[in-house]
Amino acid sequence: MRQTIRFVHKGEIVELENIDPTRTVLNYLRYDIGLTGTKEGCAEGDCGACTVVLGELHDGSLRYQAVNACILFLPTLDGKELITVEDLKSDDGGLHPVQQAMVEANGTQCGFCTPGFVMSLFAEIHGNPSSGRHHIDNVLAGNLCRCTGYGPIVDAAGKLAEAQIQDKFHDQQTRTIEQLKELQQDDGISYEWQGRRYAAPKKLEDLARILKENPTATILAGATDVGLWVTKLHQTLETVIYIGQIEELRQMESVSDILVIGAGVSYSDAWDKLAQYYPDFGELIRRIASTQIRNSGTIGGNIANGSPIGDTPPALIALDSRLILRSHSGSREMPLEDFFIDYGKQDLVPGEFVEKIHVPLPSANQHFATYKISKRFDQDISAVCAAFNLTLDSGTVEKIRICYGGMAGTPKRARKTEAALIGQPWSEAILESTLAAMAEDYEPMTDMRASSTYRMKSAQNLLRKFFIETTAPDTETRIVGEGQVAYG
Amino acid sequence: MAERHHTSTEIKGKIHKPLAHDSAAKQVSGEAYYIDDLPEPKDLLHLYVAQSKKAHAKITKLDVSAVRNAPGVVLVLTADDVPGVNDASPIAGDDPVFAEDLVECVGQSIFAVAADSIEQARAAASLAVVEYDELPAILTIERALAAESYILPPREITRGDAREAILEAKHRLTGQFEMGGQDHFYLEGQIAYAVPGEDGDVFIHTSTQHPTEVQHNVARFLDVPDNSITANVRRMGGAFGGKETQGAWYAAMVALAATLSGRPAKLRLDRDDDMIMTGKRHDFIAKYDVGFDDEGRVAGVEFDLASRCGRSADLSAAINDRAMFHVDNCYYFENVSIYSRRCKTHTVSNTAFRGFGGPQGMLVPERMMDAIASYLKKDPVEIRQANFYGTANRNVTPYGMTIEDNIAPEIVSELVSTSKYASRREKIRVFNQTSPVLKKGIALTPVKFGISFTATHFNQAGALLHVYTDGSVMINHGGTEMGQGLYTKVAQVVAEVLQVDIDQIKITATRTDKVPNTSATAASSGSDLNGKAAEAAAQTIKDRLIAFAAEKYNVSESDIHFTRNQVRIQEIELAFKDLVKEAYFNRISLSAAGYYKTPKIHYDAKTLTGRPFYYFSYGAAVSEVIIDTLTGEYKVTAVDILHDTGKSLNPAIDLGQIEGGFIQGMGWLTTEELYFDDQGVLKTHAPSTYKIPACSDRPEIFNMKIYEAGENVEETIYKSKAVGEPPLMLANSVFNALADAVSSVSDYRVYPDLDAPATPERVLMAVDRLQDQAAQVSGSEAAQ
Repeated sequence: MRQTIRFVHKGEIVELENIDPTRTVLNYLRYDIGLTGTKEGCAEGDCGACTVVLGELHDGSLRYQAVNACILFLPTLDGKELITVEDLKSDDGGLHPVQQAMVEANGTQCGFCTPGFVMSLFAEIHGNPSSGRHHIDNVLAGNLCRCTGYGPIVDAAGKLAEAQIQDKFHDQQTRTIEQLKELQQDDGISYEWQGRRYAAPKKLEDLARILKENPTATILAGATDVGLWVTKLHQTLETVIYIGQIEELRQMESVSDILVIGAGVSYSDAWDKLAQYYPDFGELIRRIASTQIRNSGTIGGNIANGSPIGDTPPALIALDSRLILRSHSGSREMPLEDFFIDYGKQDLVPGEFVEKIHVPLPSANQHFATYKISKRFDQDISAVCAAFNLTLDSGTVEKIRICYGGMAGTPKRARKTEAALIGQPWSEAILESTLAAMAEDYEPMTDMRASSTYRMKSAQNLLRKFFIETTAPDTETRIVGEGQVAYG
Repeated sequence: MAERHHTSTEIKGKIHKPLAHDSAAKQVSGEAYYIDDLPEPKDLLHLYVAQSKKAHAKITKLDVSAVRNAPGVVLVLTADDVPGVNDASPIAGDDPVFAEDLVECVGQSIFAVAADSIEQARAAASLAVVEYDELPAILTIERALAAESYILPPREITRGDAREAILEAKHRLTGQFEMGGQDHFYLEGQIAYAVPGEDGDVFIHTSTQHPTEVQHNVARFLDVPDNSITANVRRMGGAFGGKETQGAWYAAMVALAATLSGRPAKLRLDRDDDMIMTGKRHDFIAKYDVGFDDEGRVAGVEFDLASRCGRSADLSAAINDRAMFHVDNCYYFENVSIYSRRCKTHTVSNTAFRGFGGPQGMLVPERMMDAIASYLKKDPVEIRQANFYGTANRNVTPYGMTIEDNIAPEIVSELVSTSKYASRREKIRVFNQTSPVLKKGIALTPVKFGISFTATHFNQAGALLHVYTDGSVMINHGGTEMGQGLYTKVAQVVAEVLQVDIDQIKITATRTDKVPNTSATAASSGSDLNGKAAEAAAQTIKDRLIAFAAEKYNVSESDIHFTRNQVRIQEIELAFKDLVKEAYFNRISLSAAGYYKTPKIHYDAKTLTGRPFYYFSYGAAVSEVIIDTLTGEYKVTAVDILHDTGKSLNPAIDLGQIEGGFIQGMGWLTTEELYFDDQGVLKTHAPSTYKIPACSDRPEIFNMKIYEAGENVEETIYKSKAVGEPPLMLANSVFNALADAVSSVSDYRVYPDLDAPATPERVLMAVDRLQDQAAQVSGSEAAQ
């Protein structure tokens, strides 16, 4: 396997060797090559000042996505194109239309967040721009501005979406695609640096083999969690195995009544499909982090890291999803809920990795809803995340699966509450009488996100809300997202 | 930069016209530099600061020998290494740069490591042996009040006999609520970068609103004269008050490292360290006791304010004074007492933050007005109107200042009409009757904010203006650029005076060796003070050119007119640059200093009376919200703002201040929650846990207008008004709208208790309490 890293930058192929496996792209830009336009605001992927754009081959064409450079490891640029704020001006030195629009809208004040906004909007005009306010909010959810109040930036985004922008990146597209194709032609990377190791295999069997040889290695997908181990906890990761180059893990397909999601599928790539089957799941994905994080982060990673406040496990568990783990010696399958043993402890043995998730498709008489409660609607971690999967048989609860995040050390089903409801009429009186059971299902904690009292109270109220939505669908119950109330 | 249409006779950058920020084109292309963007010299030292892990403790042992021996370490700096005074406070002398034997908050700096890389410095710092003898820690306002732990003595302002008036009034209400603090969350964290010079001089790039204070503190710290230290600030990546005093610590550290090592040295706090180590907006507990008549007119009121100042005084005296000066807001209180306690706690030293105590003071009467309205079952706007200051009478503030420019009544009545406040309020009540889960709320709140530093001597400014022989102009002044567009506005003033296009004017970094003894860029005063100083400098040059031309062309001075890039001398049209060149050859000085001091103001800090403010800035906002009564989640859906900027120097920049200030105030009152654990450790120290407004939090309907009739009654720079801070307090309407929505669950019979920030949790708890209270009220009504 190759020992160097190759990517396209400023129209040329860059080849680097002897790279610290966890050197961030941000630090590389700012301190190794002196490109200081990209800023550090938080070093945890939450403020967007470090936003850069990656170009990748996607079904043969070139796709641009905004990502957070602060938690992106430099070797994972391999095979991609890197674009930063310095690259946007035209060859004659004129501002890029995105930059020009920001100036004209008075979209800058202190200017420190500005390069990040510019890059998010640049990715956007190379994607599927829309001037709809909610769409722009989603595009910019991962860019914090403390000065402007966002209005001028939203105005700039709206104007850009309506313009048909042709820039030098469009003009260079054919050449870029050729360059990226050239970079794909081998079996991946493996190298040692100062006694530490980085590997980026391209085949599943290579991953299994490398993991067998390095059973304690850190598996890296989007780095939206692992990145913080380095930038926030200042850990040294000895061996890092990047799975983002393995095409087999990035597959997503419906097979009979199952949706199969590869462990390397990003939130962004899973979004449409999940929304198609379960609109609320789509809304949940929209509320997970930001565009930048969703472009990098994976559902497989969200599961594998076992966070009690990961947002997808409650929904996946409520839907009775199954998890497929794999190692050099074969694979095994389990209900996803069984994977989460305790806080920080998952049913994963050394050498094993998450390969894919099986999500059952909707069936008749099924009602599915999921809700996320956080201080801020966008780009926030849940205080409580709830998912309800109810099957009614002429007004009686035939099946119900209830799962919460943020209520225990793991994503956890409300089994006592479920038991109290099954076989009963789906009625307000029964519901109210079963809510007490939830206090036996959970003993939530108090922390900076919420008190235990609020967690319990809102968890119970979300079940009430689910009841209202399934029995009185005309009632306005939603402030944001799909089916939100009219504001005016 | 955006080209704007202008007639051929009108200069580019004319005052009162919108003009983009001078750095905009550089900011969007990543070319505008911030301190950490400066090229790093090969021998640059990187500093890391080791912090106290304890809220209150004696340091019984500090052993840094392992730190010194760690790879890459060049210096370890402790209190013992300080040549001068180990302090970087603005006033009180109580902010040790390095702790000596006592630590008084988690995050207090104990020592600094200077190493070849930041990674080495950080790793080395963890090798120190620090042993503590823990002392009891006071972390909250309640505990401090109980212990009478004050950093500064309590203050009181009284007029008339509030107590008697309250007791004699027909109605009486009391209320109490908390207002949380707020992290500045400037996107660029604290940073300083020092370059050693000869003779012990140090040149410091510092991200500060107050370069002079950095200079003076560093000089004292190093025991060198002020003239050895130069502080330089081109721009900050946001500041909001957080860089008024607290950047001096880090400047002192890098200056010492540079002096001792002879190498350049840089210290940049990462986000977590910045939030843990630096002060924030003061949190307050406020109480009121008010007596009023059937119309809601206040007969007497007592206010009791207590704030958490943290471990040192910092600017807490002036901040709490300003809170006291703003509990009247737009209302005349004939019999009033205002009591203020400034609590010492074992937490970071709270500091300036946009509004500077004004927001906390002002929210108290705003909640009180709504509580009175709720009690009398009247529209809250009517109650406000009944209490507004008059123009000829009822126009003296509790601190004895006569209000000469009261336009709050006009602004409020215009906004009531343009926002369709009354009909929307009715519609909301109808909606709420038929919507069991979601409830809407609406509120209007006005703002009157006093402009000037309350410490009179800060109200002065200097500028330095050079004209070079090619006609290009350089302007420098004591104000700093933190994004607010001050440099742009000052350049517009110079362009206006000299009638040259603004692109002829070079805007230069603020530095203490160009304009000395400056005041902080704070108190919204930047353009008022520095604009005037720059105007004076430009006018001096202009006067010299006129005198020269009059003599040379033998005309009277009144025959000389400056037109766009030209000077007309009777029939002669001369390019500005040609006149400048002629003046040079005739030995006319083309460099001038300008100076300004704010007139009329005086203030007795002992009695808290006088005219602390030159004038007031006004505004009003209507906010509409929707809440979810099952979860407490909410959204601000519509906002209408009418704000007074006087005759705006630059409407584009002023609108940016209004909108940005409002959203920042909304964040303070809604999602921005600072959470300290019971050991005094801040748990919300990064954007993952501390939630400032995001893009989608901006209200979907946002109508914002500058008050067109606005014109400062005082002789401010081109009749404009200060705009930095006042708009933040427009967001009080958001908090009150949330309370209005909550009140609906009791059918408006109970005015809810609500603390700020009104997180979804607090809103849900308020809803729950009201549902319980409403049930009790209904129960007792049924029993009658």
